[in-house]
Amino acid sequence: MGLRFPPKVLEHILSFIDSNEDRNSVSLVCKSWFETERKTRKRVFVGNCYAVSPAAVTRRFPEMRSLTLKGKPHFADYNLVPDGWGGYAWPWIEAMAAKSSSLEEIRMKRMVVTDECLEKIAASFKDFKVLVLTSCEGFSTDGIAAIAATCRNLRVLELRECIVEDLGGDWLSYFPESSTSLVSLDFSCLDSEVKISDLERLVSRSPNLKSLKLNPAVTLDGLVSLLRCAPQLTELGTGSFAAQLKPEAFSKLSEAFSNCKQLQSLSGLWDVLPEYLPALYSVCPGLTSLNLSYATVRMPDLVELLRRCSKLQKLWVMDLIEDKGLEAVASYCKELRELRVFPSEPDLDATNIPLTEQGLVFVSKGCRKLESVLYFCVQFTNAALFTIARKRPNLKCFRLCVIEPFAPDYKTNEPLDKGFKAIAEGCRDLRRLSVSGLLSDKAFKYIGKHAKKVRMLSIAFAGDSDLMLHHLLSGCQSLKKLEIRDCPFGDTALLEHAAKLETMRSLWMSSCFVSFGACKLLSQKMPRLNVEVIDEHPPESRPESSPVERIYIYRTVAGPRMDTPEFVWTIHKNPENGVSHLAIK
Amino acid sequence: MITELEMGKGESELELGLGLSLGGGTAAKIGKSGGGGAWGERGRLLTAKDFPSVGSKRAADSASHAGSSPPRSSQVVGWPPIGSHRMNSLVNNQATKSAREEEEAGKKKVKDDEPKDVTKKVNGKVQVGFIKVNMDGVAIGRKVDLNAHSSYENLAQTLEDMFFRTNPGTVGLTSQFTKPLRLLDGSSEFVLTYEDKEGDWMLVGDVPWRMFINSVKRLRVMKTSEANGLGM
Repeated sequence: MGLRFPPKVLEHILSFIDSNEDRNSVSLVCKSWFETERKTRKRVFVGNCYAVSPAAVTRRFPEMRSLTLKGKPHFADYNLVPDGWGGYAWPWIEAMAAKSSSLEEIRMKRMVVTDECLEKIAASFKDFKVLVLTSCEGFSTDGIAAIAATCRNLRVLELRECIVEDLGGDWLSYFPESSTSLVSLDFSCLDSEVKISDLERLVSRSPNLKSLKLNPAVTLDGLVSLLRCAPQLTELGTGSFAAQLKPEAFSKLSEAFSNCKQLQSLSGLWDVLPEYLPALYSVCPGLTSLNLSYATVRMPDLVELLRRCSKLQKLWVMDLIEDKGLEAVASYCKELRELRVFPSEPDLDATNIPLTEQGLVFVSKGCRKLESVLYFCVQFTNAALFTIARKRPNLKCFRLCVIEPFAPDYKTNEPLDKGFKAIAEGCRDLRRLSVSGLLSDKAFKYIGKHAKKVRMLSIAFAGDSDLMLHHLLSGCQSLKKLEIRDCPFGDTALLEHAAKLETMRSLWMSSCFVSFGACKLLSQKMPRLNVEVIDEHPPESRPESSPVERIYIYRTVAGPRMDTPEFVWTIHKNPENGVSHLAIK
Repeated sequence: MITELEMGKGESELELGLGLSLGGGTAAKIGKSGGGGAWGERGRLLTAKDFPSVGSKRAADSASHAGSSPPRSSQVVGWPPIGSHRMNSLVNNQATKSAREEEEAGKKKVKDDEPKDVTKKVNGKVQVGFIKVNMDGVAIGRKVDLNAHSSYENLAQTLEDMFFRTNPGTVGLTSQFTKPLRLLDGSSEFVLTYEDKEGDWMLVGDVPWRMFINSVKRLRVMKTSEANGLGM
C-alpha cells in the first residue's frame, strides 16, 4: 500500500510551510519527503553553530537563501563566557561562499565576526540583501564599509549591540550613489560620528527606507534634517537627545516628528531631557513599540508621554517609572503585549527605588494581552506572583529578576516556591521562564511538573541540593535550553539524567558543584554530546572530585570542535597537540 | 562530590593555592586583573567557597579577608543580568549624576563605604531596620530586619539559620551545629561583629540590645582568628 505524493505536489504544499519546526517534522516522514523538503527549504536556522557542521548544512539545503546562526551561550551577555571561547563565523561564511553563492541573508547572534568575514560576504554573494548582527564582536567599521560598498542590493544592515572596533564614521560614505535599496539601517552601537550630509543623501535616495536607528553621536539637529528626508519611517532610533535646544529648534523638532505619520516604533532617546519629550507627543497615538530603557526620565514625565500611547504593544523602560507609572500604563496602554523594566542603578546595594512588585501586578491586572515580561525588582512576594498567574494565564515569557540574591518573600519571609508554582501551573503556554529570589528544591519540583511547554529556563542562586536539578531534568518535557549559575547541586542528578541532555539544545552551568570526574564520565557515556569544561585552571591538574568553574554541554552531530582555546577542556583534547586554529580567521 | 575536610588554621593558607578563584584567591576583589588576557576582567565566580550551606569547610576560609571590608554583593560577576551595553550606559549615567549632584547643595547619593541609614524609604513607606550582613568567604551579602528581633539570641539564631542552614543531600558547613548561641559565646569558628555609627567595628553583645540597634550600621560574621583585638 503506497499512497505517494508526486514530488511536485509535495513541493507545492511545502511552499506554504515556513515554520522550520514543521519542516523538520516533514523531513522525518520518509526519505522522499526528506529529499523534497531539503531541496525546497530556503530559510535555515542553526541554533548552535557547533551542533552541526557548515558543510553538512550547505550540502543538505542547496536552495538556502537565508541563514540564521547563533554562537555563544546566552550567559555570554553577562560576561560569564571568557573571551576567545569560540563561535567563529568564518567557517560558515567560507562554506557558504563555496557552495551557496545565491545566499541573500545572514543573521548572526553572539558570534565572532571578523573584517575578513564581512569582506568575504561582500565578495561572494551577488544578490546579498540582509545582514543582521546581534551581540557580535571581532570586526571593525572597515568590514562594514566593505558591505556598504559592494552589496548593490543591500536592503538591511543592522548592528545590534555589537562590539565594534570603531575606526571612524567614514564607513557610511562607502554606500555608492547608486545604492537606493536600503530598507533598514541600524548603527546604534557605533560610537563615531558619521557625516550627517552623507547620511542625509543616503536617506534621501532610499525611498524604501522604513527603519533607521542612529547612534548617540547624531545630534538633535541631525535628527531633524534626517526626519525631513525620511518622513515615511516606521521605526526610528534617535541619537542623543541631550543638546540644549533653542525654542525655534524645539518647534522644528516637533514639526519633524509630526510629519512622520507612519512612525510605529521609537527607541534611542539617550540622555533625553524631560523638556524635549513633548516633541514626541504627536507620534505617540500611533506608536506600537517604545524603548525608553535608556531614557533617564522621571515618572511624571514618563506618564505624560505614555498616557498618549494607547496603541502601545511593546514597552521597555527603566524602574524610574515606579509603581505609579506602571499603574498608569495599566490604564492607558490596553494593547500592551510586552513589558521590560530594567534597573536604573547598577549598584546592587541601592534599595531606594520606588518600584516594587506592585508595579507588575498593576500591569498584569490592567493589560489583558500581556504575554511577555522581563522585570527587575529588588524583592518580591508570593502574593504578587499568585495574582500575576491568575490574571495573566496567557503569559508566554516570564523573566523575573529579583536583584537581591536569595531574597525571600519580604512580607512573609518564605521562599518564593509557591509563587513560581502558581506561575508554572497557571501559565500553561509559558515558553520561557527565569526565576530568582529565595527558592528551595520544592520550587523546581513544581516547575518540573507543571512547566510543560517551557523551552528555556534560567536559574541563579537557587535550590538546596541535587534534587533541584533532578526535578528539572526529569520533568520539563519541552526543555531545550537550561542555564544555571551559582546553585548548589552536583554530579548525581546530572549523570542520572544524561539522556535528557540529548533532547535539549544546551545546558550551561557555572559555579555549581559538578566535579571534573563527572564531566569525564558524562563525555564518555554520551558521544553525541559535547561536554566542555571552561575553567581557568586546567581541570586535569586538580583532583577529579573538585568542582569545575563552568560547564557547557550541547548536543551535536558535528563531533568535537577543533577550535577550542586552552581554557576549554573536552574529552577529545590532547594537551600535547594544543589547539587547532585552522577554523579561525 | 565535595568532601568535608577538617582543616586547622595553618592548613587554610595552603588551601588558597588550590583555590578556584581567579588571580589568587581573594573573594572580595572582583575585577582585579588576576591572570590578564581572557580572564583579566572576568572577576571571580562564585564557587563552593561562597556557599555556606554546602561544600567543605575550606569554603569559609579566606585569609585574604584580613583587614578588608566585607565583600559587596555588587561585585558579583554578571549580576544583575544586564547586558554590557546597558551596564556601560548605566555606569555613565551614574558618573554624570554624581558629578551633577556634587555641585548641588546637600549630596543625596550615599558613598559606598559610608554607612547607610538604617531607615530607608521605599515607595513612600519607611523600610525600617534592614541592615546588611556579610560573612567572611561569602561574596553575596544578605539582609536582616533588626526590628523583627527582640534580642541578641534572636538575631544570632536568624543569622545562623541564614548562613549555616544544613539541608538534606548537602554537606553542612559545620556538622555539629546544635546550640543556638555559638555565634555569641565565642566557642564557634566565627564571631558576630558590627560597624557602629562612628565607623568602628565591635563585637556584638556587649551593649544593651536597644543601644545596639540604635548604633549598628551593618553586621559581619567574621572569623574568630581575625577578631582578635577588636574594639570593646
